[in-house]
Amino acid sequence: MRILQFLNSLLLKEFVAAFFLSMKYFFAPKATIYYPFEKGHVSPRFRGEHALRRYANGEERCIACKLCEAICPAQAITIEAGPSKEGVRRTTRYDIDMTKCIYCGFCQEACPVDAIVEGPNFEYATETREELFYDKAKLLDNGDRWEREIAQNLSLDAPYR
Amino acid sequence: MEFFLSALDYLLGIPFLGWGENVGFIYKGLLLLVALLIFVAYFLLADRKIWAAVQMRRGPNLVGIFGLFQSFADMLKFVFKEPVIPAGSDKFVFLLAPFVTVMLALAAWAVIPLDYGWALADINVGILYIFAISSLGVYGIIMGGWASNSKYAFLGALRSAAQMVSYEVSIGFVIVTVLLLVGSLNLTDIVVAQSEMGLAYVLGVPWMNFLNWFWLPLFPMFIIFFISLLAETNRPPFDLPEAESELVAGFMVEYGSTPYMMFMLGEYVAIVLMCSLTTILFLGGWAAPLEIAPFTWIPGAVWFILKVWLVFFMVSMVKAFVPRYRYDQLMRLGWKVFLPISIFMIFVVALVLQLTGWGWHGGLGGLA
Repeated sequence: MRILQFLNSLLLKEFVAAFFLSMKYFFAPKATIYYPFEKGHVSPRFRGEHALRRYANGEERCIACKLCEAICPAQAITIEAGPSKEGVRRTTRYDIDMTKCIYCGFCQEACPVDAIVEGPNFEYATETREELFYDKAKLLDNGDRWEREIAQNLSLDAPYR
Repeated sequence: MEFFLSALDYLLGIPFLGWGENVGFIYKGLLLLVALLIFVAYFLLADRKIWAAVQMRRGPNLVGIFGLFQSFADMLKFVFKEPVIPAGSDKFVFLLAPFVTVMLALAAWAVIPLDYGWALADINVGILYIFAISSLGVYGIIMGGWASNSKYAFLGALRSAAQMVSYEVSIGFVIVTVLLLVGSLNLTDIVVAQSEMGLAYVLGVPWMNFLNWFWLPLFPMFIIFFISLLAETNRPPFDLPEAESELVAGFMVEYGSTPYMMFMLGEYVAIVLMCSLTTILFLGGWAAPLEIAPFTWIPGAVWFILKVWLVFFMVSMVKAFVPRYRYDQLMRLGWKVFLPISIFMIFVVALVLQLTGWGWHGGLGGLA
């Protein structure tokens, strides 16, 4: 046993094997992707930038139940409720402090009407801190912009909920 | 007046008195220096690319096509950064250390023959000169480590000193076996001798030159030399002087900007130097691997550079697949494995040469 071990180390057996193994990886396809030009796969469950959704007729989904505000562990959400033009209960203010948010997804889990969701967008870095204090207009705009992807992701994920 | 002109002639390489023997010495030196620095830039890039490829990454690929200008971009970045000199450091020695490292690494290139007669200074004790210069290389590191006045830098420098001294011993003995075969300390002679004797002549196929080279008859020494050169140049797996996980960056902790760049430059020039020394001692220098038509058309310098690249590729690959040694393992390998093996091999080689009368005597075939 000792002699075998001695021969192995004398003949650099493990190093030669390691060389061929690393040559195999040397010619293997690279795992790197050219990020800004090509992007990795994003799961339907991905929790990215927040969005407030509307119904197909343009009515806001959010009913100002404040469940998301209550469950938010980072206390990033601030909601004020009031009657809308049609006289139904809606939010008059819906702010998310994206610098506080921990992207846990509890808000979208708590929402009874699928109004607040975390969309697939992850490229929303800003140059100033203030730009990350999202208000209702910004969130609704996000919802309009990402509605197709969000709806698709929700339907893809639905069988597992 | 004539003395003055001939002195200028000698110093500047400008032919004031016609084309004398030393004309162009400075030009040749500058040419070698510039070519060497450009090559080192690409050795550095190749090192990063090879390491990246083994880890299935792409490596630097955005500066220039395939990242070919990455090293130059890095150099510009280092030069434009502000050098920070620690308040408690010995400023003179602190700034002297990187210069010493670079100077010594570059100075050794004076005797390297890229092709027959291409050595800047074809001196008779070329191998001793290189050995002496590369032994001095440790001073740059010790000075840097001590002058930084930082415990990490100091520990890194201490480790480096012990490591380089230990492995120089086995490198020395490996070189002795080669010198026994050649009988000359001249690097040109060593290369010429490899093409004029060896296994190819014994087998009666002298055109298969690569069988002649010393890597085959001295195979264990070739491997020991390769491993020792990794330790000598502080390459992974023997990069203990700058072990990131223990010493942050070893003797280079306090360095930044241009002094840091000079340390890196010196390190890579030394690596390329050791690669060319391997080429000269064991891989037949500028000789073509097969002495037949398409191979002999290619100039010797190209063969030399190709062989240096080959050795450097192995140096790079070792970095990619061998984990770093522990310090006591490093010392054990140097003193208790390599030293006995190389001394034993000197004995064996000397005995064989004495009994068979084999060896280089300036003629073809290996026998007097």
